[in-house]
Amino acid sequence: MSRTPLDTVEHAAATPDVELPWAELGLKKDEYERVVEILGRRPTGAELAMYSVMWSEHCSYKSSKVHLRQFGEKAPESDAMLVGIGENAGVVDVGQGYAVTFKVESHNHPSYVEPYQGAATGVGGIVRDIIAMGARPVAVVDPLRFGAADHPDTKRVLPGVVAGIGGYGNCLGLPNIGGEVVFDACYQGNPLVNAGAIGVMRHEDIHLAKASGAGNKVILYGARTGGDGIGGASILASETFDDAKPSKRPAVQVGDPFQEKLLIECTLEAFAEKLVVGIQDLGAAGLSCATSELASNGSGGMRVTLDDVPLRDSTLSPEEILMSESQERMCAVVEPEKVDRFLEICEKWDVIATVIGEVTDGDRLEIYWHGGKIVDVDPRTVAHEGPVYERPYARPDWQDTLQADDANKLPRPETSEELKDQVLKLVASPNQASKSWITSQYDHFVQGNTVLAQPEDSGMIRIDEETGLGVAIATDGNGRYAKLDPYHGAQLALAEAYRNVATTGAKPLAVSDCLNFGSPEDPAVMWQFAEAVRGLADACQQLGTPVTGGNVSLYNQTGEAAIHPTPVVAVLGVIDDVARRTPVAFQEEGQLLYLLGDTREEFGGSAWSQVVHDHLGGLPPRVDLERERLLAEILISASRDGMIDSAHDLSDGGLIQAVVESALLGGKGARLIVPDGLDAFTFLFSESAGRAVVAVPRSEEVRFNDMCGARGLPVTRIGVVDGDTVDVQGEFALPLSELREAHEGTIPALLK
Amino acid sequence: MTARIGVVTFPGSLDDRDTQRAIRVAGAEPVALWHKDKDLKQVDAVVLCGGFSYGDYLRAGAIARFSPVMEPLLEQAKAGLPVLGICNGFQILTEAHLLPGTMLRNDHLHFICRDQKLRVENAETAWTTDYSAGQEIHIPLKNNDGQYVADAYTLDKLEAEGRVAFRYLDFNPNGSQRDIAGVTNEAGNVVGLMPHPEHAVEPLIGTGRTDGLPFFTSILKKLVNA
Amino acid sequence: MARVVVDVMLKPEILDPQGQAVQRALPRLGFDGISDVRQGKRFELEVDGPVDEAALARIHDLAESFLANTVIEDFTIRVEEVAEAAK
Repeated sequence: MSRTPLDTVEHAAATPDVELPWAELGLKKDEYERVVEILGRRPTGAELAMYSVMWSEHCSYKSSKVHLRQFGEKAPESDAMLVGIGENAGVVDVGQGYAVTFKVESHNHPSYVEPYQGAATGVGGIVRDIIAMGARPVAVVDPLRFGAADHPDTKRVLPGVVAGIGGYGNCLGLPNIGGEVVFDACYQGNPLVNAGAIGVMRHEDIHLAKASGAGNKVILYGARTGGDGIGGASILASETFDDAKPSKRPAVQVGDPFQEKLLIECTLEAFAEKLVVGIQDLGAAGLSCATSELASNGSGGMRVTLDDVPLRDSTLSPEEILMSESQERMCAVVEPEKVDRFLEICEKWDVIATVIGEVTDGDRLEIYWHGGKIVDVDPRTVAHEGPVYERPYARPDWQDTLQADDANKLPRPETSEELKDQVLKLVASPNQASKSWITSQYDHFVQGNTVLAQPEDSGMIRIDEETGLGVAIATDGNGRYAKLDPYHGAQLALAEAYRNVATTGAKPLAVSDCLNFGSPEDPAVMWQFAEAVRGLADACQQLGTPVTGGNVSLYNQTGEAAIHPTPVVAVLGVIDDVARRTPVAFQEEGQLLYLLGDTREEFGGSAWSQVVHDHLGGLPPRVDLERERLLAEILISASRDGMIDSAHDLSDGGLIQAVVESALLGGKGARLIVPDGLDAFTFLFSESAGRAVVAVPRSEEVRFNDMCGARGLPVTRIGVVDGDTVDVQGEFALPLSELREAHEGTIPALLK
Repeated sequence: MTARIGVVTFPGSLDDRDTQRAIRVAGAEPVALWHKDKDLKQVDAVVLCGGFSYGDYLRAGAIARFSPVMEPLLEQAKAGLPVLGICNGFQILTEAHLLPGTMLRNDHLHFICRDQKLRVENAETAWTTDYSAGQEIHIPLKNNDGQYVADAYTLDKLEAEGRVAFRYLDFNPNGSQRDIAGVTNEAGNVVGLMPHPEHAVEPLIGTGRTDGLPFFTSILKKLVNA
Repeated sequence: MARVVVDVMLKPEILDPQGQAVQRALPRLGFDGISDVRQGKRFELEVDGPVDEAALARIHDLAESFLANTVIEDFTIRVEEVAEAAK
């Protein structure tokens, strides 16, 4: 074995002319020059590894940052916000001394390469973000998007992703309570695997990612570090070593949910004993990220001895150790006198824990290897002062053509028979069909606090057994709407999630988002992104629900073809007593069905236009946020005061989709009357926003009408819960058995 | 004085806190037991709860079965200590040979989570006296390795001796032989089943039914009246 | 008739949580001196006709595209004589 000298800081200073493979590591020339300028010399290999990975799009948000600032600038006044954007996850006050943290992240590309492990490690990553805030994770949700349902590659990707989410989340003991599954050819080759998690803690237990207090120890605990996901760093390694080693480092990380479960329990036990000053999980960019984040957020510097990192593969180079994305690892800052106890707890849970460094009173991050100093940087320049791009953006030429292609002009069903056939086709279409084949592979009962889970409008978890305090979460995103109009499309995603939370009786409090887009280097995509962020920030401001954090996933495209702009929005809500929650299912025959809100001829981007005409054009439904707010207030009041027994929000698929779902879930049919002023087609298929359908016990009819009247919410009586058919009077009647077969048969037939 | 019922936590146990809650809801006192414990803290009964002990790596329950706590448990169970194994706990009991048979991966090869209909076949075990024989109940089921198998001789013997405690009704969710969802030992003190009664003890939570509560009230009555 | 055995193992650099859990349990059961355990899959293919080069090439394709996930797994193929007399 022969080795070139260790590339220490000293060595780098003495050998300014050594060429480093910055381009192969993904840095642009000016970015590399900026690193040299910051350091006043060429970086060492290890420093280059850190800068390149931390300044990547994924870690630095360099293309999106200038736009994301609006979430802070336009943030509404909210008493609920305890920790805002910038930490591992935002934290919201939900009352009674409880705080809730939640976040949605993407794991898109890894899930395309290796669906099972990609999706599994996505769950693992988001859950560690939640633990790192000091919270016990209580639930996960998974918004998913795949290519066309009948495409062969969907059959490869979807079952793997679903099994991965289930395999990891089930083994972790986290109920999976919500999310979505959407099919569209635009996601072929670029499936979106977003993962969200919620955690609960007491206010006083909030922890932050910062390393403070000189002399405090930095402890790495969890799995050993292997060569997972280091891709580019191998290039550096080959610059340093020429001995034999695994020729190609795997880009795929393998998750170990059992290890993560131990990590959760051991971390929470350490929190409970107040042993932790600061904490950070290891996700993307591994130790590079954890050490530079912890050091730059704290008051001092940090010194780390890389030789002390427990390795799974002893041939790893220091650059690879810094970049490794091995899963199930965390980094804690602990006062010296508490280190022994911390290590004891780790040992109790069979978790490997090692002191790898300490907080210093300087302001540098220094990393040593074999006695030589291989990193000496200002951690802020690594973690926070990366490049920021003002990418050019421009409304694409085709946007006008797309919007002019009005879906309202598509041929509509002319006979009752045709109308009926289209209803059946709609409820059986992959996007509108029951997803129980998928969701039954997720545990939704574990922890014994699940009040509502999919297919309910929002997932709901009890957080206090005595008082019944609970939280609800819904995630939504409609790429078709956003493609037609990114500004309003993003607002519609928020409006729907907000509405979904309110429909179950919870008060919407805060937002997390996962913004999935194509390449930021395409001005059209960048315009979509800018518009979506502007729309979302404006709407959050108006609805009073601040964005607490989230994630941006760019480059979701193959060649020139980008995915539909897909902002996925998660809304978190609170309910004082889960006993008052409102389910989707019809509860009792004879209850009256009311449609809340206004129905217009709005078919642009609709499920009907997709299912019946394979069409995308026109404008998405109109956004009226004040109406959304009023509707939410009514739904929450009605739930609290026991005026409604079931409720379902209207969104893709329109009223008929909602009624069919409520009927099938409750095993009770409905008789519907087309209201005056509407034709049956518009009544059934329109996707006007700001609407819900509720079932009102007869004893509450007057009170409910009075409330809606007093507050000025349009309300129309449309029928009654009755029988075993969905009967649209004067048009058709469909037996529940036939609807069930259509609605529940599609997904198993496609995927089995 | 109420009964003290131990709940063992193995690394990877998931339903330990839920099971403790169910015991509390029934009116008994839950006692946390740790897999490294060498004694059972004088509890009156033990529940081995669900989860993925040791990740279910190797075989479900295979590694947990060799935990220190299993030594006193095996000894006392043979002497009559009531033991209930739920899901992973059932798998541990079969690996430990306290109950016959074993569990294979579900026949459809997927994890399955559903509200499962069962028939109580034996209402005379320590854990089922608050049911009546033949009673039909709904209890959540959630597992990956739930396919109960045993050789024909064992199955016939179980049937003949009334030791099939629960059977799946309407839908066999995992390919279990003879629709067996749970079995008991000869003495009726050790019972194992795949579905999760601890997730059906409160009207608002989970499926909204309380069909699982009688497991815990049965044992409480037995212990208090003893 | 011949039997072809395909062994599929995780690549050495890929984390093997299952093997690791087994390995950690060993000392507790009194089995010392085993420093690593890795768990894999074994497939036994009963092949009609001769196992010639063409047949092995087809099995290689099969293993590569189907039995193993070559993103994370390696595989080996070997021919095993079937003991016809074992009755």
